[in-house]
Amino acid sequence: MATLDDYKGQTPAWCPGCGNFSILRTFKEALVELGLEPHQFTIVSGIGQAAKFPHYLKCNTFNGLHGRSLPVATGLRLANHEMLVFAVAGDGDCYGEGGNHLMHAMRKNVNVKLFVHDNQVYGLTKGQASPTTHEGTVTKNMPFGVFSEQLNPMALAVALDCSFVARSFSGDPEHLRSIVREAVAHKGFCLVDILQPCVSFNKLNTHEWYRQRVYHIEPEYDPADRVKAFERSLEWGDRIPIGVIYRNSRLSLEERIPMIHERPLVKQSHDIAKLCDILKEFY
Amino acid sequence: MDYSIRICGEAGQGIQTVGDTLSRVFARNGYHVFTHQDYESRIRGGHNFYQVRIADRPLTAACDRIDILIAFDVESMEKDALFVAEQGQIIYDSTVLKQKPDGRKFLDIPFTSLAIEHGGSRIMANTVATGAILGLLGMDMDILFKIISDTFQKKGDDVIKANVAAAAAGYDFAVKGCASCSFSAAARAEQKMLIAGIDAIGVGALASGCKFYAAYPMTPSTGIMNYLAGKSQEFGIIVEQAEDEIAAINMALGASFGGVRAMTASSGGGFALMVEGLSLAAMTETPIVIGLGQRPGPATGFPTRTEQAELQFALYTAHGEFPRIIFAPGDPEQALYLTNKAFDLSEKYQVPAFVIFDQYLADTQWTYAGLDLNRLVYTDYRLRADSLSGLSEYKRHAYTETGVSPLAVPGQSRHIVVTDSDEHDEDGHLVEDAETRKKMVEKRLLRKMPLIQKEIAPPMLYGAADAEIVLVGWGSTYGVIKEAVDELSGKQSVAMLHFSEIFPFPGTDGFDFLGLLRNAKKTICIEQNAMGQFARLVRAETGFEFSAAINRYDGRPFTVENLLGELHGHIG
Repeated sequence: MATLDDYKGQTPAWCPGCGNFSILRTFKEALVELGLEPHQFTIVSGIGQAAKFPHYLKCNTFNGLHGRSLPVATGLRLANHEMLVFAVAGDGDCYGEGGNHLMHAMRKNVNVKLFVHDNQVYGLTKGQASPTTHEGTVTKNMPFGVFSEQLNPMALAVALDCSFVARSFSGDPEHLRSIVREAVAHKGFCLVDILQPCVSFNKLNTHEWYRQRVYHIEPEYDPADRVKAFERSLEWGDRIPIGVIYRNSRLSLEERIPMIHERPLVKQSHDIAKLCDILKEFY
Repeated sequence: MDYSIRICGEAGQGIQTVGDTLSRVFARNGYHVFTHQDYESRIRGGHNFYQVRIADRPLTAACDRIDILIAFDVESMEKDALFVAEQGQIIYDSTVLKQKPDGRKFLDIPFTSLAIEHGGSRIMANTVATGAILGLLGMDMDILFKIISDTFQKKGDDVIKANVAAAAAGYDFAVKGCASCSFSAAARAEQKMLIAGIDAIGVGALASGCKFYAAYPMTPSTGIMNYLAGKSQEFGIIVEQAEDEIAAINMALGASFGGVRAMTASSGGGFALMVEGLSLAAMTETPIVIGLGQRPGPATGFPTRTEQAELQFALYTAHGEFPRIIFAPGDPEQALYLTNKAFDLSEKYQVPAFVIFDQYLADTQWTYAGLDLNRLVYTDYRLRADSLSGLSEYKRHAYTETGVSPLAVPGQSRHIVVTDSDEHDEDGHLVEDAETRKKMVEKRLLRKMPLIQKEIAPPMLYGAADAEIVLVGWGSTYGVIKEAVDELSGKQSVAMLHFSEIFPFPGTDGFDFLGLLRNAKKTICIEQNAMGQFARLVRAETGFEFSAAINRYDGRPFTVENLLGELHGHIG
């Protein structure tokens, strides 16, 4: 069985006090609880502070381009659907640069577990607005404040019938750990939006700000009810729900592809002899 | 004997069906066939043609001359009829075209009314026309009947019977109506295979063990996706239509990282979106094969026409410095083998490999006695379960003599596989230090490049090595230059040098093609672009300057007559 020490990676280069530390520690704990070994899963990430995440623990890693983690994760899952695949992204990475890919990953329902470290600001490029930044927030390059409406990833995901839609908070490790476990157990695309303070650049959405607003969704809530889920996903302001907002049991992309029902692509051998008749149709 | 048949009309009139059927009939009859198409970017209407050339000797190019023209629309009678040879024949249906020109060349065949009378439906006018062509040529109908029965097998005996009757009616009408025609085409001994460039790339990918193909549809690359999708069930290949080209290349890279051979393809505008992914492939040393179907640009240009103007794009695009492999097949046979070589070298050296083609090569069909799949290579260069389990430690980007690091499949052992688009260390973790950076550049680029260059074959010489005039081409101009050499060789000392393995630029160790060029009196670089992109590459790589250039950039391919005409201007 793997222990926390088996997951020790490089020393993180995040700012002291960053919410990412808590997410990293909690994620490792969840992996240990799940009994996973470092070689049994892959984390795919893009660019941003969150995208450095897989380097800070020990596992298979493809750290690619800004916004492009989901296409890579999709290709990887289709090549080897016995591999557990996580995608880790920031709000800029996933909702900004990679917005198109997010929409289609949800539609395709590829069985990838996406964790978005949502700090509502661009950290790596030092403080610009992200798609989840509150309207009106003044930044260096937006002196009149953000004009665009704040993106609501939960409502977007429910609207697209995303298979698993959840929100958690980096300041509530126990909750986050349970959400990681639920996402791993779920079959289909999972979007987990993790609220996370950026101590360097986001002076509004601080630890205290989140702590005053975040509340646990009550146990009797039924995440299978899409209309109710939509209602819940719109809650943002004085009260912000965390937990599984929506869940369905759509077939995953991998389950729909007949060629990999018996074994994953990566375990299928190539036999040129099998192709000897391939040119027949050209006669 | 060398006949050229052009089927001409609006999109949606069944031009493709008639052309495809005829070319298959000819190939099965043992003729050498060459087909090419000219069409507009629209679903219905416009003015299009499908040209089928048949001969009793190998054919490798399109010609302007038309021996038999089927005119389905008025525009064909006005424009295409001008290309019909002295002894040629134009067949048309005066009830559809509402005109009845005078002259020996014109043969009015009521395609539609014969179709209704004998087949029972006006849709079969195409079958009547197909039969009529075979009638003009005096060719046996058995092979056509077989094709009809195969094509309509699912639709039942009645449909087959009706089509056979329609074809026979067209045949008889043509035989009677054209008593003075001088065509003749008896069946030849051995049937041939007929294959288009785009299908050959598809076959090459499949035969190379490609298991994952992701793309966004874009002419002229879509045919690869269609071919592979059609084979996916039988051969266990996943064909994923991505949301855009950015996703396509990233998906292919994800699949390749996961342990399977992967490919994507597009054309200029789509490939422009993939460029970021191209450098990701280079940095992470993830094998990938990229099909690049050139079409006239910039922007969306001429969507359905042809050009060789993306060579510089393929050569120099993407940021940073890294090795890449570029092949440009000249015919479907080369397309098959070079696609295979692209897969092999891409995985062997963990670098991106391109197969660049164009609309002309994609669509043209060529005949062969057969293609030998035994010539294909397949070596799995990846470390999988057995070879991995014996390793005490594994580093994805380990420094090696050759620059090639061991490529492990994640999940097949306890070793973990780590890679990064940032500069990274041997383990694959991101770094900032200067020393590691330097060593990684040496590993990825400087060590691999000379080894890859040794794998590249020299250009193909057609004709004598001491020829006074050397015609140089690359990619899809292979066939037309070859026919031009054949045509001129009685009168001139002329040879062709054709490049299909373009980058890394071939060395002269095995074949001193540069000496050959330097010794020639005249060297002419023939390209389907305005800037002479290949001539520039040759100059950059070798310092050699061609004495002349012939460039065509109107979106139409060189034809035999057109190239000969251009050549006469240079060599008299």
